[in-house]
Parts: sequence; C-alpha cells; structure tokens
Amino acid sequence: MSLPPDPTAALQEYAHPERLVTGDWLSQHLGTPGLVIVESNEDVLLYDVGHIPGAVKIDWHVDLNDPHVRDYINGEQFANLMNRKGISREDTVVIYGDKSNWWAAYALWVFTLFGHPDVRLLNGGRDAWLAEGRDTTLDVPEKRTTGYPVVERNDTVPEALRPSGSSQIRAFQSDVLASLGSSTLIDVRSPLEYTGERTHMPDYPEEGALRGGHIPTAVSVPWAKAADDTGRFRTRAELDEIYSFVSPGDNNIAYCRIGERSSHTWFVLTHLLGIPGVRNYDGSWTEWGNAVRVPVAVGDEPGTVAGSR
Amino acid sequence: MSMPAPLAEVVSEFAEMAGQDKLNLLLEFANELPELPGDLTEAAMEPVPECQSPLFLHVDAADRDNVRLYFSAPAEAPTTRGFAAILAAGLDGQPAADILAVPDDFYSELGLAALISPLRLRGMSAMLTRIKRRLRAA
Repeated sequence: MSLPPDPTAALQEYAHPERLVTGDWLSQHLGTPGLVIVESNEDVLLYDVGHIPGAVKIDWHVDLNDPHVRDYINGEQFANLMNRKGISREDTVVIYGDKSNWWAAYALWVFTLFGHPDVRLLNGGRDAWLAEGRDTTLDVPEKRTTGYPVVERNDTVPEALRPSGSSQIRAFQSDVLASLGSSTLIDVRSPLEYTGERTHMPDYPEEGALRGGHIPTAVSVPWAKAADDTGRFRTRAELDEIYSFVSPGDNNIAYCRIGERSSHTWFVLTHLLGIPGVRNYDGSWTEWGNAVRVPVAVGDEPGTVAGSR
Repeated sequence: MSMPAPLAEVVSEFAEMAGQDKLNLLLEFANELPELPGDLTEAAMEPVPECQSPLFLHVDAADRDNVRLYFSAPAEAPTTRGFAAILAAGLDGQPAADILAVPDDFYSELGLAALISPLRLRGMSAMLTRIKRRLRAA
C-alpha cells in the first residue's frame, strides 16, 4: 500500500511533488508498513558506516547491472533483488544516496525501467539527512519477501504492448543516431568532457573513451546545476530557467558517461518539470566516444549534424 | 611476484573473504587508517586526484630502509580510506627497493573487482604509482 505524498509546501511547485520527500516526512514515517527506504551510493562502504534506520542497500554495480553483458538486470533478477531486500510491488520506495542523490537517481531510473509504481527520492540525499542531525544506525534489516512479480523491463517491451502511460525512458545508440538533428540532446557531463579536452570526469580515473567531445547538437548542462549546495533540488523557477531550451513534445535525450549523472537530469526533467517522454541514453559517452564512424563535435558549441566530422 | 610480507598478509586476508565479509574487512581497514602525525597537514601533502574522493599522500623517504607513508582521507569517503589503509598496513616502514618492486596491479589479487567498479579500483593503483614516483625521484 502506498503512503500518502509528502505535503510539504516547498515541494508542491514541482510537477510531480509525490516523487520527492523531505527529511521531516521520512523521519515521521520511519517504520511505517508499506515504506521501504533504499540507500544507493557511489561509495560502496558508506551504507555500512551508518544509514537511515530501516534502510536497505542497493548497489548499482553489484545489484543493478548484469555481471556479463553491458545491460541492466532482467525482470527475474529484479524480482529476486526486490525479494532479497524485502520490497513488495505495492511498497512506497524512498531512495537516497551520496553526492546529491546522483546514484540514488540512477537506482530510481532502473526501478522505473521495471515500472515500480511508487518510487521517490529523499530531497538532499544522505548529506542532507546527516546535516539535519537525524538518526542513523548500523542495523541491517533482515526482512525478506517472496512475492515480487517478474516484470518485463520497459525497454524490452515493444511500444504497442506497453501499458498506456508507460513511456520509453531508455535510449540506445541507434535511437540517438537516427534522431540526430530532430532531437534535443542534453550533455550533463563536466564542461571539459563536453569540449573534448577530457574523456573522463575531473578528479576521476581515466575511464576509457577513445575520442573526446560530444554528440553534435547536444547542449551542455552539467547535472549538478540542478542541485544546490545542500544537495537538494533547486526551485522550480531556477530549474525552469536552467532547462528553458527543453520543450515538452520534443524528442529529449540526456546522456553522460555511463548513464548515472544523466539519470539525475532525467529525474529533474521528468518528475520535477513534468516533461513527458524524456529518455536516458545510458550507453552515453563510453559507448559513443568509442563507436566507429559516429559524428563527434568538439569545443564549446553544440555543433550541427551536417557540419560535424 | 615480489611483495613485502605485511602486504602479502593483507592480500591473503582479503583473498579469504567474499561478498559482504570482504566489504566489512575493507571497512575495518578504513577505520584503522592511522591519523596524521601532528606536524603534517593536508596542505603539505600530495593530492591524489585519481581517487574517487579527496586523498592526500606524503612519502618520507629520508631513510630508504624505512620509508614512511602518510595518508589522509575524510571519514565520509570510507572506500578511499580503505584503499589507503591497505597500503599503509602493507607498505609503511618497508625499504624503498621493496616498495618499488610491488607489482602495479597487486590490488587485483584483493578480489574487490566483483564488489567495486573496477574503474574505481584504479584509485588504488594511482596511489601506488605516486608513491613509487616519489621514491624514484628521491
């Protein structure tokens, strides 16, 4: 059974305020049947140094990615994961994590691939929870469930067979290539990755792309612009301004390096601004920057399709 | 393969663990990363930007038979602290020649790749690379 949305006034300006909860709301609802809290971080040890009471850990690398094929887990694996974590299909899932919910948003996007009905983010994530001086624990929940249904992943179901209202949220390289020139591409990496001076994040190890630059026509909006210093999302007015070039009805696709930072932007566009049909291209630069004969633009300008080399 | 005895011991400790136990062991290491001595601050240390979180390193090779290694990483970066602590436990106080002989990919024997994105593991090899560079320059 779903929990009622967080009625906090500050959230109501967003298009889908029911997708966000505040620390106050979560504190008040700790232990409520039907609520499962999930922590998803970049740093694999953070959960183990203390987490929100009752929270379970889901790791992008171990739990959500297929160990062999570069793809996400399938419906059966997802059902097993949910059962191991004690999550039912009807549960309200609140996800939070480190780094302004960067990886939490990625986990939420994967939950969405499986159509989990009620999945929300804790605004501000782990840092905000700790900054507010709220409780943490080392206890790991033991609860298991058995009944999570095997649901086909959204991107593996043909358009015509998907339930109405469940739009495609994943884009593949072929989609991006086919729609070049007619799509709105949002490159959410750092400015130096966008211009082509770097092929990896500042301060991060080299992560293997043979070419630097961006997909021609892509507009540069680093993902973290959508969050403030506390890790919480910026106001509706600020977000409207930042993403003013994104129009509902356009073919909007966000990408980064492996699809994690762009999940954060996907969340903002889809749930906070209410733009339908936004897709995340998870192949992102580690696919595009290594692909043969795809066009690449370098420098500060988005570039054009015809003019790119 | 040449590895100082303390480092070989750390590696075999890790090799014996799997899954969450291995992560717990890394966390134990993270918690045991020695504090910096009072006269050393991060400002005087070498930043290691290849790590996923801020890490500072200082190599004191004044005595080539007893190289001192110092690391500093914030508590909210336990994985990076854990990596640093493995090197501290395994290499602090060793002779320069022995540290230089450690294989650059020794960390693959820890068996962490199944648990931690291999790309993140490179932070550990970057620390070792920088330590070796200091020792060659000294």
